[in-house]
Amino acid sequence: MSEAPDTPVLRARGLRKEYGKGEGLIRAVDGVDLDVVAGETVAIMGPSGCGKSTLLHLFGGLDRPSGGELLLNDRRIDNLSEKALARMRRTDVSYVFQSFHLMDELTAVENVELPALLAGRSPRAARRRAEQLLDQLGLAGRARFLPSALSGGQRQRVAVARALSNEPLVVLADEPTGNLDSAATLDVLRLFEELHEYGQTLVIVTHDARIAATADRMFSMRDGALVDETRLTGGTTGKLGALVGLED
Amino acid sequence: MGRILLVLRLALRDLRRRRTEAALLLIAILAATMTLTLGLVVRDAASDPYESTRAATKGPDVVAGTGGFADLADLEKLATASGVTEHSGPYPVIAGKIEASGRMSDVQVEGRDTAIASVDQPELTQGSWVSDGGVVIEAAFASSLDVSVTDSVMLGGRSFKVVGLAVTAAMPPYPGTSCIVSVGCVHGAIPTDLNLPPGFLHNPGLVWLTQADVRSLAPAQGSMSYVINLKLADPDEAEAFVDANSGDHGGTMMPMQTWQSILADATELARDSQILLLIGAWLLGLLAVASLSVLVGGRMADQTRRVGLLKAVGGTPGLVAAVLLAEYLLVAVVAAAAGLAIGALTAPLLTESSAGLVGSAGTPSLTWSKVALVTAVALGVAVVATAVPAVRGARFSTISALADAARPPRRTGWLVALSTRLPVPLLLALRVAARRPRRVVLGVVSIAVTVGGIYVLLVLNTFLSEQSGLRAYSEAQVTVLRHVLLVWTVILLSLAAVNAIVVTWATVLDNRHASALARALGATPLEVSAAMAAAQVLPALLGAVLGVFPGGYLLFAAIITITDGDSNKATLPGPWQLITLILATVLAVATLTAVPAHLGGRRPVTEAL
Repeated sequence: MSEAPDTPVLRARGLRKEYGKGEGLIRAVDGVDLDVVAGETVAIMGPSGCGKSTLLHLFGGLDRPSGGELLLNDRRIDNLSEKALARMRRTDVSYVFQSFHLMDELTAVENVELPALLAGRSPRAARRRAEQLLDQLGLAGRARFLPSALSGGQRQRVAVARALSNEPLVVLADEPTGNLDSAATLDVLRLFEELHEYGQTLVIVTHDARIAATADRMFSMRDGALVDETRLTGGTTGKLGALVGLED
Repeated sequence: MGRILLVLRLALRDLRRRRTEAALLLIAILAATMTLTLGLVVRDAASDPYESTRAATKGPDVVAGTGGFADLADLEKLATASGVTEHSGPYPVIAGKIEASGRMSDVQVEGRDTAIASVDQPELTQGSWVSDGGVVIEAAFASSLDVSVTDSVMLGGRSFKVVGLAVTAAMPPYPGTSCIVSVGCVHGAIPTDLNLPPGFLHNPGLVWLTQADVRSLAPAQGSMSYVINLKLADPDEAEAFVDANSGDHGGTMMPMQTWQSILADATELARDSQILLLIGAWLLGLLAVASLSVLVGGRMADQTRRVGLLKAVGGTPGLVAAVLLAEYLLVAVVAAAAGLAIGALTAPLLTESSAGLVGSAGTPSLTWSKVALVTAVALGVAVVATAVPAVRGARFSTISALADAARPPRRTGWLVALSTRLPVPLLLALRVAARRPRRVVLGVVSIAVTVGGIYVLLVLNTFLSEQSGLRAYSEAQVTVLRHVLLVWTVILLSLAAVNAIVVTWATVLDNRHASALARALGATPLEVSAAMAAAQVLPALLGAVLGVFPGGYLLFAAIITITDGDSNKATLPGPWQLITLILATVLAVATLTAVPAHLGGRRPVTEAL
């Protein structure tokens, strides 16, 4: 968040991910070039199976590219070891998943503090940060609730709070509203707006045009390649709910 | 009928689809049923040599002696008592000492006719029958003294030539020899501070001389005892005969022994083996339940979709439960059959055909009651282990099952709170354990049972080492009991190893999502692998400690109670041995779980998420 404007935090050059061989070769990601600057919200749209989630997994080091270069803050990450990638995910990159992926047996606050504990923060500091985040996201009263006692929107807010636990450079969101109803979608949308205003860099994969419309830039993806880029001036600076037709 | 066929077909198909798991289930139940069968039949196998000896020597149904009190005339009256068809004796018996091959031992010397007796004519294994100046030595005793035919031995200060070695069914082979002398005998180890009465015999053997030689060796007529061997019209009535005739003989009871009690004494070693094997069988049964519970529980978590499909096409909860139970009951039936066959066939290998008996241990025939017991135990193990998951599966919501929803993990708040203060691998490990407390309990029980068993094995091994020097057991008997302990150890450790691997793999599978998520949040593969291993090692440490105390102590106390033994004779493992045992257990579990934990820690994150 301290990066200067237009400085690419995330840079992909000729990024490829292939599965299989010969006739069975599948190019899930096919030569993607992309720069994401600090504080920017980028949306990637496309039909199911076009490679959006795979691309996001590559950005976060959850999967390894078959070719190309990937840089995070000018540092190559495509050739890092598993251990180094894990350390990178602790501090530099975090995920928000479509199906939340909260630990069912942990309360909201315990879920949120988990990345901080994995990063070696003291239990007290981790808890303080988690409570602060939940408070900011309007979940202070739900901090001791298990995920099963939370609504879909609340669960996704907990997941977002968890993603912010270690103040990452980039938050990668994979269909963050895919499992939510309209009200909860609006809830999450507002949250992303706040994050954007706060200067958080966001990469959102979605097939929902309304969500994509809230980004600074929107990319269309087909057959593993980014085929179209749209700059959205309305972006996240206005009233998102009204913009995307989710509220009056 | 169609319903039963459907259940069987579905059960068989699923077993064929999961052959490795079916094989592991089979091994777990087989180990328990085989050991139980061994325990049940080993004594039957050991009975064969005595039966052969009894037939070959025209063994008596009752042996009566004057001991120190009864009158020779009373003994002679027994020859004409009701139910007696044949007899030999009374024969004179004296107590003495024998010196052979530089060794000295107490001995009972029985005077016999040179002619063949109609009852209890010892069967020669070497040489010829008694003659003046020639001694025949009971074969197991001769083996202990390391003497053979043509050697010379000293009896009562006189030299006798060994003319033969023979076996008898009138008393158990050395060192279990019955006491037929008036001075009295004691068997087994004697505490150093215990002073025996003068003339008392310690672990005496048996030799035969001519009656003339015995009388010439007797220091006084009063020190002579007599024995008579009786054949009854109905050997099964031996006990009743003893009850009717051992009564009042001038205010004393006449010492009598039935052939059944001699058989029991002759197979005492097998009885000890039997006790060890039966205790081992119950321990293995417990381990099998633990193995199966984890296997079935893990499998059920994997089978929710199948349960959903069965219900969606019209399967009732009862049908679903029946299919799941049928799978494991089929495995249990196969395991019971295999366990019965292997146990019966290997039983002779765990018995010693004493040098004091003829013939070798035979393959025991299985009675219906034993078959029923072993099968019931196998089915019981399967039902106990599968009933809860089967019922749970049957009651699972069809929609949830079709969605392949995993069984929600448990929350153990205090463990979660405690884990925040620990390094990442231990933090994750504690949370893994907290998710499935029942599996942790099974893991702890499994290790505790194993370590408890090993504790007892250590005690028994030390006991046997000490006993071989004290001659309560012969070397050959010690070897046999060591074989039994070895079988115990191998099966126990094998099953425990299978358990450790199965529990780890079930944990890895159950935690694949949580592990992938932890990695997505920044945990390294090594930390996740270490957590999976630590999640097994921590319960193993607790199980090992509990296995030593109270597990081992209680198990040993149970054995002492069952065998009516004296725990003071046993040397318990020292503190350093116990610490080594605990550390070795933890190390073994860590080694066994390393591979599955490593594999689990390296699974691609994106697949699981």
